[in-house]
Amino acid sequence: MYETNFHKASTAQDAAALLAKSDDGKILAGGQTLIPTMKQRLAAPADLVDLSRAEALRGVTITKRKKMGIMKADGGETITIGAMTTHAEVAGNTELAQVCPVICGLAGNIGDPAVRHRGTIGGSVANNDPAADYPAALLALGATIHTNSRDIAAEDYFKGMFLTALDDMEIITAVSFQAPVVGGYGKFPNPASRYAMAGVFVAKSVDGEVRVSVTGAGDNGVYRHAGLEAALSADWSASAVDAVEVSADGLMSDLHGTAAYRANLIKVMAKRALA
Amino acid sequence: MSEGIGARVLRKEDKRFITGKGRYTDDIVEANQAYAAFVRSPHAHARIIAIDTSAAMAIEGVETVLMGPELVADGIGNIICGWGVTSKDGSAMNMGAWSALATDKVRYVGDAVAIVVADSKSIAKLAAEAVVVTYEELPVVVGSVQALAKGAPQLHDNAPGNLIFDWEIGDLAPTDAALATAAHVTEMDITNNRLAPNPMEPRSAIATFNEAEDHYTLYTTSQNPHVARLVLSAFYNVAPEHKLRVIAPDVGGGFGSKIYIYPEEIACLWAAMKSGRSIKWTSDRTEAFLTDAHGRDHVSTAKIGFDKDGMIVGLKVDTKANLGAYMSLFSSAVPTYLYATLLSGQYNIANIYCNVQAVYTNTVPVDAYRGAGRPEACYVIERLMETAAREMGMDPSELRAKNFVTSFPHQTPVIMAYDSGDFAANQKQAQDAADVAGFAARKAEAASRGKLRGLGYSNYIEACGIAPSAAVGSLGAGVGLWESAEVRVNPVGTIEILTGSHSHGQGHETTFAQIVAERFGLPTENIQIVHGDTDKVQFGMGTYGSRSGAVGMSAIVKAMDKVEAKVKKIAAHVLEAGEDDIVIEGGAVKVAGTDKQMLWHEVGLAAYTAHNIPAGMEPGLKESAFYDPTNFTFPAGCYICEVEVDPDTGVTEVVQFVASDDFGTIINPMIVEGQVHGGIAQGIGQAMLENVVYDDAGQQLSASYMDYTMPRADDLPNYSVHHASTTCPGNPLGMKGCGEAGAIGSPPAVINAITDAIGNNNLSMPATPAAVWTALQDVRSKLAAE
Ligand SMILES: Cc1cc2nc3c(=O)[nH]c(=O)nc-3n(C[C@H](O)[C@H](O)[C@H](O)COP(=O)(O)OP(=O)(O)OC[C@H]3O[C@@H](n4cnc5c(N)ncnc54)[C@H](O)[C@@H]3O)c2cc1C
Repeated sequence: MYETNFHKASTAQDAAALLAKSDDGKILAGGQTLIPTMKQRLAAPADLVDLSRAEALRGVTITKRKKMGIMKADGGETITIGAMTTHAEVAGNTELAQVCPVICGLAGNIGDPAVRHRGTIGGSVANNDPAADYPAALLALGATIHTNSRDIAAEDYFKGMFLTALDDMEIITAVSFQAPVVGGYGKFPNPASRYAMAGVFVAKSVDGEVRVSVTGAGDNGVYRHAGLEAALSADWSASAVDAVEVSADGLMSDLHGTAAYRANLIKVMAKRALA
Repeated sequence: MSEGIGARVLRKEDKRFITGKGRYTDDIVEANQAYAAFVRSPHAHARIIAIDTSAAMAIEGVETVLMGPELVADGIGNIICGWGVTSKDGSAMNMGAWSALATDKVRYVGDAVAIVVADSKSIAKLAAEAVVVTYEELPVVVGSVQALAKGAPQLHDNAPGNLIFDWEIGDLAPTDAALATAAHVTEMDITNNRLAPNPMEPRSAIATFNEAEDHYTLYTTSQNPHVARLVLSAFYNVAPEHKLRVIAPDVGGGFGSKIYIYPEEIACLWAAMKSGRSIKWTSDRTEAFLTDAHGRDHVSTAKIGFDKDGMIVGLKVDTKANLGAYMSLFSSAVPTYLYATLLSGQYNIANIYCNVQAVYTNTVPVDAYRGAGRPEACYVIERLMETAAREMGMDPSELRAKNFVTSFPHQTPVIMAYDSGDFAANQKQAQDAADVAGFAARKAEAASRGKLRGLGYSNYIEACGIAPSAAVGSLGAGVGLWESAEVRVNPVGTIEILTGSHSHGQGHETTFAQIVAERFGLPTENIQIVHGDTDKVQFGMGTYGSRSGAVGMSAIVKAMDKVEAKVKKIAAHVLEAGEDDIVIEGGAVKVAGTDKQMLWHEVGLAAYTAHNIPAGMEPGLKESAFYDPTNFTFPAGCYICEVEVDPDTGVTEVVQFVASDDFGTIINPMIVEGQVHGGIAQGIGQAMLENVVYDDAGQQLSASYMDYTMPRADDLPNYSVHHASTTCPGNPLGMKGCGEAGAIGSPPAVINAITDAIGNNNLSMPATPAAVWTALQDVRSKLAAE
């Protein structure tokens, strides 16, 4: 690892100020991507601004749709997850599990326990690894990414592998979305890295809109699958997926599998997401 | 005796390992220690045009930057392969020059170009990046078949066509004739995938030169410190043997990769002399992928013929072995004498012929990796047998059984003379444990869940206990493969065993103590095993090829024989009895049938006080022995693997894995089971997960755990491990060896099971989900076409 200067920030504002002072500063969240990258000497930020003390950026809030009612798993609750919330915190949040179990299941299946107890949703979304899980969820849930300067719709946020709408100095503070009426996630882990080789997130919103996103398989990061969306809008069932032609065009081929294999996985994972 | 042979004694070494108190090379800090980093080639094949070290030298804290031409000028010798293999036309193998630091050309990504020595690791790395090397890139070839093709890029001038040797074994004409008249011939293309060894502890070295004493010390991660010293001294001219001490302290796994002497250790020793600093270098994981010797990488075509009754009439194999960019220490022996000599498997085969071409490519050197040649042989014969049985509509276990060797000794047509075994007993034991009879019902039940279930066999035999020195000498080995031991009984009766074997995970501190405990009736806590230091241990050939039991322990037994004889003489003298009446029992030396005895430590004291020992006897109680084996040993067994395949994704689960092994005498069943578990884990790893992949430019695409699939606990089944043993007649304890069997026997069992499940025999290792799914698609489209 190259030498770097380590700073601690207790709020997003602090962090922004520290970043502004540096020529080449970077936010450090859980460090699960950034630290290994630095150890491999592929990244060499002059300054690291650690957000782990920024308590305001941590935690899940659920705003109930029915004012007085008991929480019901019928969707529509507004869920806000602070950027510094770890995967383990999301996975283990019992209230969240009642209104949006799919997001808890997804988080609980990221990496290994060590990764889940350090890695954060903000870090994952900022990094936008083409095989990461959260980007699929946020895209399919029509989420909003909140930063220290603006709100960005997921649709406009994910710009291709490792690319996002974030400016250099911009800090993610939270993500929010409405709980879907029904949602599911099917992930096929890469045998080596256990990131997604194909992950398919299906969601039906309270207004009946169906969104299907695919991570891991595309050759340019997370994307929405129009064919699957059309089929599931007409018929929300695993059998509807059978009729969909999933093309291998635009999918990745690498040492772990061909584009054709990934096309097959997209179908199979879509069905498993619906099961 | 509760701690003797056959007891499940807990490993003495584990207290320090489990509590983090192990002492590995990187834990050791020398006074005045500096750190090395290597400048490595980013290209797989290039000419070095210029090297500019000025920017690196200008960095504060940089001690020196040293390069190849200076190393050569200082007389440091090229790295050698220690086993000469002769081509079928009688010519010697074509060994290309391998300088520890490249002089004119680099031949694989990671090839060392310069060593940087600095005050800290991070300064050393920075400075290594600041060294500017100008390269002229050359065309690259990474596959053995491509490297042999006309017009392929040429790696070494003295190896035209990249051919290192073209070797053969067996008789071609009778084999061809037998195959021509065979009632059935099975022919297959068989690839044995390239693996990275991945020991948990990466390689590390600390080199020190003491100018006042003109003496070097090297701490290193070695499986065989004496061989390291011998080679460093006799061939690399680093220092004469008596001026070089090599210490291999705790070593965290090797699997073969730590047998060899690599460029880094040589360069560190030389740089220590040049700079006057102690120099530490520790590989990181990426460097390990780029520079540790890889394993396997064979491409073969194989043909086996049967008569109308299913009896084998002939076997013909053609193998291209990729040895990488340079010849590593034992690289030539692996695809020849450790491979083709085992092609007879457990079977009576009158005619065998094998041709092996060893090839240079722009890849990391390839050498022995757990099993070394024998997994490749086992994979060829066991894939052939299973496939032939399917083609002939026979039960694969019956086809094997009818061809078993049943009388011993058995001379195969490919050098090996099997000394013992009961292959049918292992097969029966495995079949019973695997409930083969219930397989059809399990398959049907799996089908009801949409899963494809398959069962596959592997009846392996391998050769361990390497090896009779004269025999290997006649086959080209540059060393003798005996082992030595010294048994030191202290005046208080405690014992130190000095052994030339080296433990890096095998548990020698426990098992070696057990054989002493058994012999003299002492608790193992009174016995200390000393190994891994050329200043302490007389000499030794080290640990690989599952030789520490059959060869290393045999040397201890021989030394114990001498100790026992002297003990009896002393006791007979003191107790005024006949030597023949003395027995050693439960920590006492007794006159049989009387109550006269000396306690063990009293004999020790008597030997060292020398007040009352037989006239003319030397004082003391310390004996040493060298043991040279009379033959290889032949562990064998039957492995049965059962898998379930998810046809939608190709995901394959090993649902049952049964092993029945014949290891001869077992000293500690717990440790043996651990060796089998680890071996099978690596075998399943090879069969389903692990693969070194290069792109056409010679870059390793799989050089991290993001892409190289190491087996994890949840990839592996609970093993069902059994033993049905015959005694090895060749050594005093009757041991055969257990260190590699799991890795040798398991890959064909796994692939035979998967191909059974999917109904397509055209499947290569590793059988990843994608590969299995693709093979299933092929069957489906074939079925659809019919
Ligand atoms: C072994 C292993 C397995 C993994 N498996 C998976 C997996 O299966 N699925 C998966 O999705 N992920 C996986 N990951 C990645 C993991 O989820 C990481 O947590 C995530 O990619 C990054 O989150 P982090 O909090 O560690 O961010 P860091 O590593 O600290 O930061 C990553 C990047 O994001 C930037 N950043 C971080 N937080 C913010 C913020 N609030 N605002 C702006 N920029 C920010 C940083 O500057 C940096 O560039 C794995 C990681 C490891 C090490």
